[in-house]
Amino acid sequence: MKIKPPVPPALRKRRRRDLRVALAFLAPWLIGFAVFFLYPLLATLYFSFMHYDGFNPPTFVGGRNWHYVFTVFPYFWPAVRNTLWLVIVMVAARTVFGLGIGMLVTRIKSGAGLFRTAFYLPYLAPPVAATIGFAFLLNPGTGPVNHILGDLGLPQPGWFNDPRWSKPSLVLLGLWGIGDLMVIFMASLLDVPTEQYEAAGLDGAGPFQKFRYVTLPNLRPIIVFAVVTGVITMLQYYTPAIVAGQVASGTISGSGQTYLPGYPDNSTWTLPQLIYNLGFQSNDDLGSASVVSIILFVLAMAFTSLLMRRNSGLMGED
Amino acid sequence: MSQTKGSSAAAGEAARRRRLDWIAVHSVGIAAALFFVLPFVFLFLTSVMSDSQALSGGLWPNQWVWSNYVNIFHVPGFLTWWKNSLEYAVLGTVFTVLSSVPVAYALAKFRFPGRRLALMAVISMMMLPPQVVIIPMYLFWTNQLGLTGTLWPLIIPMIFGDAYSIFLLRQFLLTVPTEYLDAAKVDGCGEVRTLLKVVVPMVRPAIAAVALFQFFYCWNDFFGPQIYAASNPSSWTLSYGLQTLHSAHHTNWNLTMAATLLVMAPVIIIFFFAQRAFIEGVTLTGVKG
Repeated sequence: MKIKPPVPPALRKRRRRDLRVALAFLAPWLIGFAVFFLYPLLATLYFSFMHYDGFNPPTFVGGRNWHYVFTVFPYFWPAVRNTLWLVIVMVAARTVFGLGIGMLVTRIKSGAGLFRTAFYLPYLAPPVAATIGFAFLLNPGTGPVNHILGDLGLPQPGWFNDPRWSKPSLVLLGLWGIGDLMVIFMASLLDVPTEQYEAAGLDGAGPFQKFRYVTLPNLRPIIVFAVVTGVITMLQYYTPAIVAGQVASGTISGSGQTYLPGYPDNSTWTLPQLIYNLGFQSNDDLGSASVVSIILFVLAMAFTSLLMRRNSGLMGED
Repeated sequence: MSQTKGSSAAAGEAARRRRLDWIAVHSVGIAAALFFVLPFVFLFLTSVMSDSQALSGGLWPNQWVWSNYVNIFHVPGFLTWWKNSLEYAVLGTVFTVLSSVPVAYALAKFRFPGRRLALMAVISMMMLPPQVVIIPMYLFWTNQLGLTGTLWPLIIPMIFGDAYSIFLLRQFLLTVPTEYLDAAKVDGCGEVRTLLKVVVPMVRPAIAAVALFQFFYCWNDFFGPQIYAASNPSSWTLSYGLQTLHSAHHTNWNLTMAATLLVMAPVIIIFFFAQRAFIEGVTLTGVKG
């Protein structure tokens, strides 16, 4: 049996003092953590088992809200399917495109700064503004994109107004704002030791083999990072989906307003929109909204823990 | 003789390959640049079209109606949205920086039991989708404090530190050599003085990056104002109000595009002045400091 050696009193005193100083610095955040994270999380879990409309006191209903969300609420599975689609297509497209643009930028010799700025700027456009801009550019009637496609004699898709094209249109918007991934990929591409490329060149490797056997292995952690954070972003995908639907359908959300969520034809529903719809749009079903919240939380935390484990840099133990 | 000829031919070949490579890379670069820049160009061209032309479409303005940029300010509420967006972004940024720096410092440099746990809590909070806790938070701000219809439910929490900012600052603070801190302590500085006199001046770029990110976050926030401010149009921000222009105000596309570009403008102008700090910050978010 192992016996823990007693902690010398002087050390114990120092540790207590360290903790006190640390607590003083952490105090505001600890309050924030309790009030804006821990409490609402527990309350959400509690509400998910209650019938609650926000006015009358909540009553316990067991698993009824869960049953309702999974089997009755008509928009849950469309939202899950859309999210899955976005997780696969959007994340893959953005990662590949971000890597491609990052590689392009590192190879451009003339006017590099100008190119970099041009590629980066769209990422800065506020999401609402960017989405409205794309809803205009892609609007089937008078938008410039279909105008040009028409002049070229190409087919003119319905973009945000066509359920088959609404998500691809969102991907297009996501690719336009690739700046964040471009910068991250660019930085790590420049970190790849040049000797490795030279050595591969001496072994007779062509550009594709160099990419496959030098670039990719070196970039592995950053690709994992991009994919996992991409998935987390897609789980909470909200603003572009809701704004594109509203502008394309000519309606708006907000209290006292009606709009067609998921427009067109339920093709843009995402999980957070369900919470908004159940909790704030005439349904007043806070219990069922909480069920979706818990599902979203579990999914987000699952991928976050992946990030904490896979990506040692995130925790950065010095 | 023949040998030098051969090597000069090889050198010529290499130069030709390099030239072709240059042309290929820059052609792809220009094509990509078009994809990123053309949307801005079309938005701009539409923003200076006449009302009648904006209704019918077309790529190039028949006449350049610069007054659109004046008229958009006559749309009811547009000026109020600017005021509210600025208020939210400025207060939010100041509060966040003031409250997050000490927390990040403690997490990066103090040794205390539960340090790792505290860091994991910060990361969890950072990754929490804001919609997850919105039901209890809305009830809290509405029933307990009666602040729904204002932007305070979005600003006040920033007094208590912002997880993302804390995380980013901590990553940067890890790179500050502990010897500097020890030297300050030897000189008789307490933790507070060490932070203010030694640490803060050293991490100014990181603080600038965090301030920029937070300003942009507030400026761009759509979900928050939609939940708390939607019921009261005098609290709307630009990001919320903008999407009501075309639909609810029946504003024509030309004015809507002028407004859209105006909403993008501050962010892009700030970026040009603070490019360095910004890019540094983005790089910091991906693995390692």
